[in-house]
Amino acid sequence: MGKFGFTLNPSSRIDLDKVDRDKFNRLAEIEPDVLKCMACGSCTASCTAGKFVKTSMRSAILSLQNGKEQEALDFLKGCLLCGKCTMVCPRAINTRHLIMSILKIY
Amino acid sequence: MKNIVIIGGGPSGLEASAQLHKMGYNVILVEKSPVLGGHLAKWDRLFPQGIPAKEVLEKMVSQINGVKYFVEANVQSINLLDKSYNVILDNGITVLADAVLFTTGFDLFKAQKKEEYGYGIYERVITNADLENWFRTKEDNRVVKDPKRIGFVHCVGSRDEKAGNRYCSKVCCATAVKQACEIKQEFPDAQVYCFYMDLRMFGRGFEDMYLSAQKDYGVRFIRGRVSEVAENIDKELVVKAEDTLSGKPVKVTLDLLVLMSGMQNCPDAVKVAAQIGVAGREIDGFFETKDSIYSLQNSTKPGVFFAGACTGPKTLPDSLHEARAAALAIHNYLTEKK
Repeated sequence: MGKFGFTLNPSSRIDLDKVDRDKFNRLAEIEPDVLKCMACGSCTASCTAGKFVKTSMRSAILSLQNGKEQEALDFLKGCLLCGKCTMVCPRAINTRHLIMSILKIY
Repeated sequence: MKNIVIIGGGPSGLEASAQLHKMGYNVILVEKSPVLGGHLAKWDRLFPQGIPAKEVLEKMVSQINGVKYFVEANVQSINLLDKSYNVILDNGITVLADAVLFTTGFDLFKAQKKEEYGYGIYERVITNADLENWFRTKEDNRVVKDPKRIGFVHCVGSRDEKAGNRYCSKVCCATAVKQACEIKQEFPDAQVYCFYMDLRMFGRGFEDMYLSAQKDYGVRFIRGRVSEVAENIDKELVVKAEDTLSGKPVKVTLDLLVLMSGMQNCPDAVKVAAQIGVAGREIDGFFETKDSIYSLQNSTKPGVFFAGACTGPKTLPDSLHEARAAALAIHNYLTEKK
């Protein structure tokens, strides 16, 4: 059999059917603020680490809601816990605390 | 003849005065500043069609012929006597009012409270009201000659728990789009950026205005809230936000930054209202209406009514509708009371 040059790639589509709702609900229980994000991006804009490596609180929350857990953790890997995002958040989310809670559950 | 005291000589107060006067009531209109018209008197043009504010105001003022009004007058005290309100003004006038209408409007959010945007600190940061004033007078040193890069920041003091105002001020999106187009008319070579969280183009003609801003004026809309502004050595402004659509932090250097200050209830009005047990809603500070759908012109007290932005951010047409509705609500109240 000759090779046809096809390979299988995992789907990059967001599949809401596959989101682990229980896990996210457990996070929301200890950290209700995670539901308050309106995706304005102030956190990402002010992020000290984000200027150099991909770091984004906003994107991490979105990734968790979309069931992309590893992606979410990757968005937080560069975090220095400096707390600038906590200062700028217009919804008064305690982002630093939220990051610690995410790391506990995921 | 029944006396009605109307507090606040902006658009709502003028319209309600005209309507109630036509119905045959004795209207006493009280305005704290030296001129009638409220914020409208300080505005240049109105969205969505760019009608001159002056034209609209002149029409309104011409309608109140025969209404007694006092400028530079404040309500010193107000209290309930049996079924009418005893209103004492600081100019010595006392009125026994059968009904009192609050058309006290709004105060603009004080942009210097958002220190990270640099209003009052950096030279080239102005507000929406400052820009309207510049459109009218062309006098403001903060607007440099021939700016090439201009930014608008939406939601300044709105949708912001840190500023104490969680609500949306409703009209700033349309104002920003209008002003973005107008400043492009003034400076055709400039690149204009609007930093927004959500664009609320709810009114008739608003979406067309937005389309025109993109298509005819090339305004660039960036979906991200500005997190901070810095000034460089040349007095230019370095603005930081996230372009949330591409998921990357964005930086841009500007020659002029316009902050879209939102609306707040007027503290003077709150003080007056408190004397008769009328209060602001805890969640947003605007006056509490009798209910939230059916009786928006009624307060929680008999004989006290509202119209316009004192019960929440409103467009000018919204305020005028409320003024007419309030006139009718007062007429019904006084007719039933008899």
